[in-house]
Amino acid sequence: MLLTLIVLLPFLGSVCAALLPANARNAESWLSGVVTVACMALVASLYPQVADGEVVRAIIPWLPQYGLTFYLRMDGYAWLFAMLVSLMGALVVLYARYYMSPEDPVPRFFSFLLAFMGAMLGIVLSGNLIQLVVFWELTSLTSFMLIAYWYHRPDARRGARMAMTVTVAGGLCLLLGALMLGEIVGSYDLDEVLAAGNGIREHPWYTPVLVLVLLGALTKSAQFPFHFWLPHAMAAPTPVSAYLHSAAMVKAGVFLLARLWPVLAGTDEWFWIVCSAGASTLLLGAFCATFQRDMKGVLAYSTISHLGLITLLLGMNTPLALVAAVFHMMNHATFKASLFMATGIVDHETGTRDLKKLCGLRYRMPVTATVAIVAASAMAGVPLLNGFLSKEMFFEESIIAGSESGLRFTLPAVATLAGVFSVAYSVRFIHQVFFGPPAEDLPRRPQEPTRGMIVPSALLVAACLLVGILPSRTVGPLLETSMRSILGPDLPAYRLAVWHGFTVPFYMSLVALTGGVALYVLLCFRKKTMVPTPLLSRLDAKRAFDVINVAIVRGAGRLARFLFSRRLQTQLLLIVLLALGVAVLPFLVTEWTRGDMPLTPPDPLFALLWIVGAACAIGAALQAKFHRLAALIMLGGAGLVTCLTFAWFSAPDLALTQIAVEVVTIVLFLLGLRWLPRRLAFDTVDRQTLRARARRTRDAIIAVTSGIGIAALSFAALTRPRQSRLAAFFFDRSVEEAGGRNVVNVILVDFRGFDTLGEITVVGIVALIVYALLRRFRPAPESIGVPRAQRDDVLQGALPERLDDPLPRGYMKIPAVLLALALPLVRVCLFCLLLPGPR
Amino acid sequence: MNTVFNYAVTFASLCFVLAMIFALIRLFRGPAAQDRVLALDTLYINGMLTLLMLGIRSTSTVFFDMALLIALFGFASSIALAKFLLRGEVIEP
Repeated sequence: MLLTLIVLLPFLGSVCAALLPANARNAESWLSGVVTVACMALVASLYPQVADGEVVRAIIPWLPQYGLTFYLRMDGYAWLFAMLVSLMGALVVLYARYYMSPEDPVPRFFSFLLAFMGAMLGIVLSGNLIQLVVFWELTSLTSFMLIAYWYHRPDARRGARMAMTVTVAGGLCLLLGALMLGEIVGSYDLDEVLAAGNGIREHPWYTPVLVLVLLGALTKSAQFPFHFWLPHAMAAPTPVSAYLHSAAMVKAGVFLLARLWPVLAGTDEWFWIVCSAGASTLLLGAFCATFQRDMKGVLAYSTISHLGLITLLLGMNTPLALVAAVFHMMNHATFKASLFMATGIVDHETGTRDLKKLCGLRYRMPVTATVAIVAASAMAGVPLLNGFLSKEMFFEESIIAGSESGLRFTLPAVATLAGVFSVAYSVRFIHQVFFGPPAEDLPRRPQEPTRGMIVPSALLVAACLLVGILPSRTVGPLLETSMRSILGPDLPAYRLAVWHGFTVPFYMSLVALTGGVALYVLLCFRKKTMVPTPLLSRLDAKRAFDVINVAIVRGAGRLARFLFSRRLQTQLLLIVLLALGVAVLPFLVTEWTRGDMPLTPPDPLFALLWIVGAACAIGAALQAKFHRLAALIMLGGAGLVTCLTFAWFSAPDLALTQIAVEVVTIVLFLLGLRWLPRRLAFDTVDRQTLRARARRTRDAIIAVTSGIGIAALSFAALTRPRQSRLAAFFFDRSVEEAGGRNVVNVILVDFRGFDTLGEITVVGIVALIVYALLRRFRPAPESIGVPRAQRDDVLQGALPERLDDPLPRGYMKIPAVLLALALPLVRVCLFCLLLPGPR
Repeated sequence: MNTVFNYAVTFASLCFVLAMIFALIRLFRGPAAQDRVLALDTLYINGMLTLLMLGIRSTSTVFFDMALLIALFGFASSIALAKFLLRGEVIEP
């Protein structure tokens, strides 16, 4: 119950937040704050149970016969992430209260932020694979809305679209992978999946499943070669970046990898794919981060690099590496979120994030500077901070995994090199912004921000310090509980301590620190090479994405042009030809015969009536192209005769429907006629050529053949006695099972209820569109001019020149009065028709 | 009495259908759009009257309801067409 509440609460809060007025900044923040803190408290209250090794469950059956239940489960690992998500959510809400400017429409922001948090908690707590994928896609969707929050900016729209394309495509792969996993195991239940590790690894589908799941996880976690969306997603407001791009959304990928680690890991495929993705991302991200100009760009690439580090650890196939990975997920979330917040403060107070312009801010913003320096040191892996601990573990694991897999020197070298770059960009980030002489030409005069902005950041930094100095007292038990839930009761021996002695990893750390500082000093001397990124500035994954995108759009366009015509004539031709072809098929094996029923004696009156109708129909077809109004009037005549025919053969309800449809058709066509061009010029020229004649002859032949065919078919059907098995079925069942006596209505609303639902949905959509077209999307009166019918009157001065000017008194009064009298009657009649319903 | 009645009804129906044919000719020949609109209106009226004759012949009351509705709807469509001819638009903002 509590679990359901944890997931449900943010979504409820999101709905409430959306309903508040646009300027209710404080109300929004209070609401969101209460929701996030409540979530956090709920999660915290479950810790005693989780710490005992118990799995808290909440199961709501939905379609149990298909194995679909709404199933939430919380073990130690899920608890850790749920805590992270809700805690970060609370801090970000506090930060966002002061970050968002009063002009921003905050309901949209908080509403999507809360919805995102709900979706993220859903991922973390899902006990069912399909359900996990649903929440997964929900995070993609909400993150799209959050990145595109300032949708007036083209870069925000672009970045959001890119992020969504990549992550949703990955999510689709993940869905496929989850379905296949479910097939292998025989259940989508996470407990059963986790218990079936050996079966999955030996299954022939293992490799495709692995690739699909990895595609989902790696796109979400911005791993090479899908890393490019993350820097572009930096167009989001900074609180969003602090939440989504450091703590929550990008962590979903690595979260899933660790979640499925007992099932999927342990094979060579896993090692090579995951490690190579992780290692290349680690290096690429660290390298690019060193040369960014935008503060958020540095952080984005460094996030990519740190996620690469986590992925690499996950790929190493040892339980200790898994421990290090989970530990680093937490550490990274704390220091990176606090750095994002510091960046937001700098941006907020100075008006720029450009590393070239910013300088010497420590004089004006000492507190921010201190916070940012500590957080950046954690990112660089300076001792006594949490980043150092997990980095040390990473170095150690790289040595072990390297010696096991034959990459004895490569893996440690890669790790150290990445460490060097990581130190370099951290030093550069801090040194350029906070040190040096105070900058003069900033857009705004910098000053210390309000307390609300600095507190969340400072709290996170305090956590970094605490964990860094007293790891086993603070984070130790939490990490142990969570590891026990993944790896089972026998944990590998690991020691969370600041000092391990003069070991190889320590020397690696030392090399990284000194090398990083040296690299930065070196780069400072050659300032010209700082921007753009050397070597890689030409290789742009984003450009590749664009090229692929454009190619897909163009290919789709080409395919559409090949398969589809905008011309109504071509479309009709194809449809009619297809119907004709299908109708002819049966006559290849049998021949057409008329039935045995006697014909009714011909009635001369009726025949005359039909002559009228047929003449109208043929006339309408002939006039349709060049005299639209005449054709429309003739169509009305044909419709009338159809209606009379129905009445003649005693089908009054059909006749009534028909007459209503006729009138509506005429009015709708008239609505459209006003916007059609008068006549296309080339038609008159085109009319006489041989080709045009051939085309028209062909069309006439097809039309006449189809018409005769339909007539022959109906004749054959009508002269046969009724095959009443179907009718008997409906007659028997309609009262008994559906409780209605009007069989036609019962069929419509009951036996074929879903069809009808679909139809009325379509009708509803069309009605909405028509309404919108009539009310909102009319061209401005200035641009359309007076309709031709009014032109003479306007010229003579009888009518006003502009369409929206009032008309002369009494103009069109009589028809208006008459219709005002007649239409209520029509309405009453139609209502009477509607009332009987299925009974 | 009955035969006379029958003959009268048949004769009346014939006349109405003939009227429809004449209206049809006007509908085809035009020449102005207004002529065609009037022709359609006449078609509707005569169609309604034919229907009434059917009702009298079969002594059923359903036809009277339908005749009423055809009259109403025919009027509505004639008005729509007339408004289109006069104003160039059927439904104005």
